[in-house]
Amino acid sequence: MIAAALISTVRAAAGTRSGRRRLSPTLWTGATLVALVLLAAAISYVWTPYDPVVVDASSRLLGPSVAHWLGTDALGRDVFSRIIVGARTTMFVGVIAVGVGASLGIPLGVFAAMSGRFGSETIMRVVDIMLAFPALLLAILFSAVWGAGTLTAMLAIGIAVAPGFARLVRAGTLQVMSTEYVLAARVAGKSESIIAVRHVLPNITTMLIVQASVSYATAVLAEAGLSYLGLGTPPPTPSWGRILQEAQTVLFSDTLLSLWPAAAIAVAVLGFNLLGDGLRDRFDPQLDDRR
Amino acid sequence: MEATAERPLVEVRDVCRTFGRTPSKLRSRARQVFALGGVSLEIARGERFGVVGESGSGKSTLVRLVAGLDQPTSGAVYFDGQLVSGRKERHLGFLRRELQVVFQDPMSSLDPRMKTRQIIAEPLVATGKADSLNRVYELLDAVGLSRAAADRYPHQFSGGERQRISIARALAPSPSVLIADEAVSALDVSVRAQILNLLVDLVNDFSLTMIFVAHDLGVVRRVCDRVAVLHHGNLVEVGTAEQIYSDAAQPYTRELIAATPVLRHVMEGEGPADDLRLDKLNPAGARSGGSEE
Amino acid sequence: MVSPESQTASVNEVLRVEGMSVASSRHRLVHEIFFTLQRGDRVGLIGESGCGKSLTALSLLGLLPEGVRASGSAVFGESKLDLIGASEKQLAQLRGREIAMVFQEPMSALNPTMPVGKQVAEVLRIHRTVTNRKAADAEAVRLLDQVRLPDPARAARAYVHQLSGGQRQRVVLAMAMANRPSLLVCDEPTTALDVTVQAQMLELIAGGVTENDSSLLFITHDLAVVSNICQRVIVMYGGRAVESGDIEAVFRRPRHPYTHGLLAASDLSAVDEHGGLPTIPGSVPAAGQFPEGCVFRNRCQRADDACLSEPRLTAHEAGSVACWHPLLGNTA
Repeated sequence: MIAAALISTVRAAAGTRSGRRRLSPTLWTGATLVALVLLAAAISYVWTPYDPVVVDASSRLLGPSVAHWLGTDALGRDVFSRIIVGARTTMFVGVIAVGVGASLGIPLGVFAAMSGRFGSETIMRVVDIMLAFPALLLAILFSAVWGAGTLTAMLAIGIAVAPGFARLVRAGTLQVMSTEYVLAARVAGKSESIIAVRHVLPNITTMLIVQASVSYATAVLAEAGLSYLGLGTPPPTPSWGRILQEAQTVLFSDTLLSLWPAAAIAVAVLGFNLLGDGLRDRFDPQLDDRR
Repeated sequence: MEATAERPLVEVRDVCRTFGRTPSKLRSRARQVFALGGVSLEIARGERFGVVGESGSGKSTLVRLVAGLDQPTSGAVYFDGQLVSGRKERHLGFLRRELQVVFQDPMSSLDPRMKTRQIIAEPLVATGKADSLNRVYELLDAVGLSRAAADRYPHQFSGGERQRISIARALAPSPSVLIADEAVSALDVSVRAQILNLLVDLVNDFSLTMIFVAHDLGVVRRVCDRVAVLHHGNLVEVGTAEQIYSDAAQPYTRELIAATPVLRHVMEGEGPADDLRLDKLNPAGARSGGSEE
Repeated sequence: MVSPESQTASVNEVLRVEGMSVASSRHRLVHEIFFTLQRGDRVGLIGESGCGKSLTALSLLGLLPEGVRASGSAVFGESKLDLIGASEKQLAQLRGREIAMVFQEPMSALNPTMPVGKQVAEVLRIHRTVTNRKAADAEAVRLLDQVRLPDPARAARAYVHQLSGGQRQRVVLAMAMANRPSLLVCDEPTTALDVTVQAQMLELIAGGVTENDSSLLFITHDLAVVSNICQRVIVMYGGRAVESGDIEAVFRRPRHPYTHGLLAASDLSAVDEHGGLPTIPGSVPAAGQFPEGCVFRNRCQRADDACLSEPRLTAHEAGSVACWHPLLGNTA
């Protein structure tokens, strides 16, 4: 059922159902940027110009050249290789973090919408508490307890992203529950839990996909921030935030070095944001698809 | 119109429905909405009963109470002698098999993500009956749709066709009561005529009891035997369709009739009769702000 | 009454629409509409969903949605400006002043964050009918009184959410009539209102139009409503005008089979041979799926091979009809 919903979503986004809406630049720009990041990550598994972790003291702080497309860093490592391998971390952490966030947020939202007033308010206050803790703070807390690392980073970001899902899902569920077809389902004798699964979830799928896309952008930024602070992926695995932190020491002498990871982060965040916006624009009229 | 020896199929006894929190010492400025106040009705088996009211009259609330979708604040609702109000959903299985509703909005009364055959079979699935495709085809035939419709999605149909699907869904469990809640109000005139004909035919063919709720007195008069008029949550008048239309006792009913524009008058070169004109009924009424929404 | 086909340009002519068509990138939605409005005329544009009546009205005001274009001509007012193809600047000067529109949903015209009196005053000040703020406010109260809002001074200070649907629609009407437009266009203005409120609203519209000597273009699907307020009517189907003429003539002796079917279906006291309501067989096709030739031929009992070519709107003594086999005589 979810697969069917995803497939119909992709087809709808590709415009096979109604070509009414012209392909928006937002959507295509976002999709292209995200594809770039994905491509970089994919390529890095197969090939990198240099080994990203090997230190080469003789090639320190070289500028961009034919040999090293983006130059080398303070330890002589090839920046380009590090960046594209860093894309892996970005994608990986993003997927897990958004997955954690969705797994937490969606059920919370559905329960909140379907509980009575007391239950709903309680759950939403719990969500508010989650919202009050920024990812960075949570990561620091978790690191203190369990030690820093990729896992704690993903958990922290996931919790930070969950409230967005919860609120959206609650609103969407309430909206679906107020439709006449849900009323008809109740008249038909369907129980609430079955209505939630059979009616609510399929109808909020598109908004979830949009939210996932936007949350991804948040996750990328959060991961970069955590790595920058030393709380994310431990060295020597390249991560954009860490690369940025390392470039900080030579910020004034080799400014270009900090440009590359910053640009990579910007591209990824922008790409996911635009993708989310573009998807949202494309899907809204679909919901109003009537003759 | 006299109560027969047989008990009424649907009975509404002194039902009130208030929304909002009750005022108390702590919350003296509570806002309450009185949707229904002390409404009592009896609907006999096989009757075609109309409920007429404008917005804010409480007719939608009444439909929900009778269909067991909502609980009255006070009073009781009975179906075939059994209590409906105040019962938990799991005890209302008997109601769900016998009473079905066709809703107003052709757009939102069908789940856009489900195929037609799933939509129509829904009441069967929910009450544990077999949801055979044959039954779905049978129902599609009954409402005048082709069998190919079973595999299409709601957005591929017109408003009138969607209402037919709604009707097919309502008929799936072979109910004895059909509630049409503004079922034709959102349709074009020519489609409305088709759907009304369909409803009347189905009610006759399957010996259904029908509760027809609408704001259009003309439509209700056409398809119903008895009519109840609601205004601001109160039952203003009940009578046979003809009685209500030609000899209404209450001023509000007369006002409603007078305000309903009628085509035949124009076609026969008349305007509304003089003594039914709005400003003659209620001289101050001409300056009123209109009824509340 | 001047018939819609009159060729003589008249000083009293408010609007002359000739060959107006509206099309999206994929379909033609409205085909070659012709009509003329004199001062004080009240013309109804009737038809069911998808017949193109709203699009016709929107193109007069230059309010067509994106991707939809109008062609032909719609010559307006003394300045004889062609509304189709006029610049946004020219149209903006006319809207709210010479041409006003009332939509079905009052909330589409009202600002929920401003008191309604201020909104009416704003219409006056934008078009410089009244420039002084105090005078505009006073005039706003007078206009609210004209639409019979109780305690107009207090109503002027009210916000939209404090008013009922009928009251909101009256405010919209007050705003529309504020600058004494020569043309008032109403698109289903009473459809969302209760029946009792509707009757009052129709009275107000008729009264306002008479007092200002404006022309009225009233769009609706409700035949009973249009018969209460309009003198002439144009029946639309499939984006075309299929019949037009004086209301009494068209409604009592419809010539076009569609008009006849529509009237029969609207008449809730009519009975067909099976004892049910009379209906038009089939249903309205989706945009772009109307048959070639006469748009109505796939639902018409009288259709034959002649109907494979499109009939033109031809005049007769009481109006005009676009049909190869028009009905003659009484409806009954």
